Amino acid sequence: MSELVNVYPSTSPEPQRDDPPIIEATNLTKVYKMGETEVHALRGVSLRVWKGEMISVIGQSGSGKSTLLAILGALDVPTSGSYKLDGREVASMNDDQLAEIRNQRIGFVFQKFNLLARNTALANVALPLAYAGLSDREAKRRAAEMLAVVGLGDRLHHLPNQLSGGQQQRVAIARALVNQPSIILADEPTGNLDSVTGKEIMALFHTLHRERGITLIIVTHDPNIAAQSERIIRLKDGLIEYAAQEVQTA
Amino acid sequence: MNFLRNFGIAIDALLANKLRSALTMLGIIIGVGSVVALLSIGNGVQQSISRQITNIGTNLVTVVPGQVRITAGPPTSQGIRTATQVKPLTDADANAIRERVPNLLGVAPELTVNNVTVAFQREKILITARGVTLDYNRVRNLEIAQGRWFDQADDERASRVAILGSDAADALFGGLNPIGQTIRVGNAPFTVIGVTVPVGAGFAGNPDTSVFMPLQTAYRTISNARTASGARRVSVIYISALSSEDIPRVERAVAQVMRQQHAIREGAEDDFTVLTQQQFLSIADSITGILTLFLGAIAGISLLVGGIGIMNIMLVSVTERTKEIGLRKAVGAKKRTILMQFLVETITLSLIGGAFGILLGVGAALLVGATGIIATTVTLESIALAVTFSFAVGLFFGLYPANRAASLQPIEAVRYE
Repeated sequence: MSELVNVYPSTSPEPQRDDPPIIEATNLTKVYKMGETEVHALRGVSLRVWKGEMISVIGQSGSGKSTLLAILGALDVPTSGSYKLDGREVASMNDDQLAEIRNQRIGFVFQKFNLLARNTALANVALPLAYAGLSDREAKRRAAEMLAVVGLGDRLHHLPNQLSGGQQQRVAIARALVNQPSIILADEPTGNLDSVTGKEIMALFHTLHRERGITLIIVTHDPNIAAQSERIIRLKDGLIEYAAQEVQTA
Repeated sequence: MNFLRNFGIAIDALLANKLRSALTMLGIIIGVGSVVALLSIGNGVQQSISRQITNIGTNLVTVVPGQVRITAGPPTSQGIRTATQVKPLTDADANAIRERVPNLLGVAPELTVNNVTVAFQREKILITARGVTLDYNRVRNLEIAQGRWFDQADDERASRVAILGSDAADALFGGLNPIGQTIRVGNAPFTVIGVTVPVGAGFAGNPDTSVFMPLQTAYRTISNARTASGARRVSVIYISALSSEDIPRVERAVAQVMRQQHAIREGAEDDFTVLTQQQFLSIADSITGILTLFLGAIAGISLLVGGIGIMNIMLVSVTERTKEIGLRKAVGAKKRTILMQFLVETITLSLIGGAFGILLGVGAALLVGATGIIATTVTLESIALAVTFSFAVGLFFGLYPANRAASLQPIEAVRYE
């Protein structure tokens, strides 16, 4: 059925909620300098996200969706604008504070998994805990628990190259979850997977969202995935596009 | 993130590129190895020179005629005075010292005559004859290997008895027992009564290539040297103090007696020189210290080159591992954590290199020492220095690459291909 969706969905309205948003971004801009020329990746994006939402960020490549996700994930800082996470201004944080945000508050899932090739699944998942200062033993215990949650309880000591793509992405998801962040940011999480495995990964996200109440923001260019989320944010040329539906061939 | 974890990561990273790690280490291995080896040569030379100085005698104070100044610096016009101003030493000077300076182990004047022909049957050698007193063997630390030293009666009667240095005995007699044999010293026949234990060349001549005889005998047979006033000349007076702490007192007292003996007016300069072993030692030490420093500096250059090699490889490694570093930062590694990770990696690399370098250096030092050409001494200090150096090299040359790694933005993890 979803294969029939040919219409790129447009930005959904904000939910009507009384509680304060966990993410409040106002007028974010990002300018990259590529030699002499400046690239305006974001040109004033404002966005609010509430706890427990599942949001898709869509848009063509170059629309700024990955840049937005990197800023929300504290992997990058905006050129201007304000980004408040749980009411705290992130845009003005120093390196160490940003590292702590990445470690404690946000889990990031990459398109290419980004696992350490020479470390086992267990060690990869334990990595954020090690940086959080946990003992080796406790880190491994919690990492093993989290691998069981993503269905890899029997693959603890496998190296990434001994795992399938879907399994590697599960390891990456376990790593994102292991410090119990309130938000998971995923950049094209199924982009390197075949459609069946991609569906399994999405199913895992749904389960985590449903059962653990995790806030999910997924960047995707796949309208089928976008369609599964509760809310869609569509970017075009570094701005959120609120225009009426456009018709495109997928 | 504790040190052990970082150490584990470092070992893992080094093992990931075994050949590269080994080649990088090679620079440090050679650097540290040459530091250890060359310092051991410097130390060996220093020790063998010190040993030679100590071999002159025990707590020795030496009086020589004329004014001699020994400095480690460049020679100056004051170096050695002209011979016209030299007043020779006499056996009366020696007696005066013996009588008027209390608490001495011994006073031993020596009349030295170089290039004396000594013959046994058809063997002839040209060596140094030394007319000495009873105390001499004690003052100069000479031990008797065979036979005996001469006694008071020999001295008083001016007996024609000779004690041969070990090399001299070997040259004259080969395997034969020299004791009781008759040799000719100059033109006079002597009976060999003893042979000394070899001690090696020192700062005051080589006893091994000498023939010793009682002073009175020497005056009658090989040198009738007298001063203008008719006193018996001696070449040098050795005085042995009871302890090394007593040397300064003896030095002063001897100088005082000598000034009286030579009737030197108040304010006039000495016409003799009192030398102590300590002076010789400190001069020799400063010379060999410069030598050791020089050798160490040469070796230090190769260590520096090794360090630059490490830095080079670490910079390549940081670039290659941009994605890994970005990922680590993306999951919460702080700047200083990454800094530590890479610092520990370079320090581990250079310390392991340093350990192999020490083995190489000690091996080279033993090998050089075994050839017998140069004495080598591996000191604990040189090993400690090598360890400190390799740690410092790792720290210094690792800091820049590590800082570069630590400054990478986590976004690189996503972008870098």
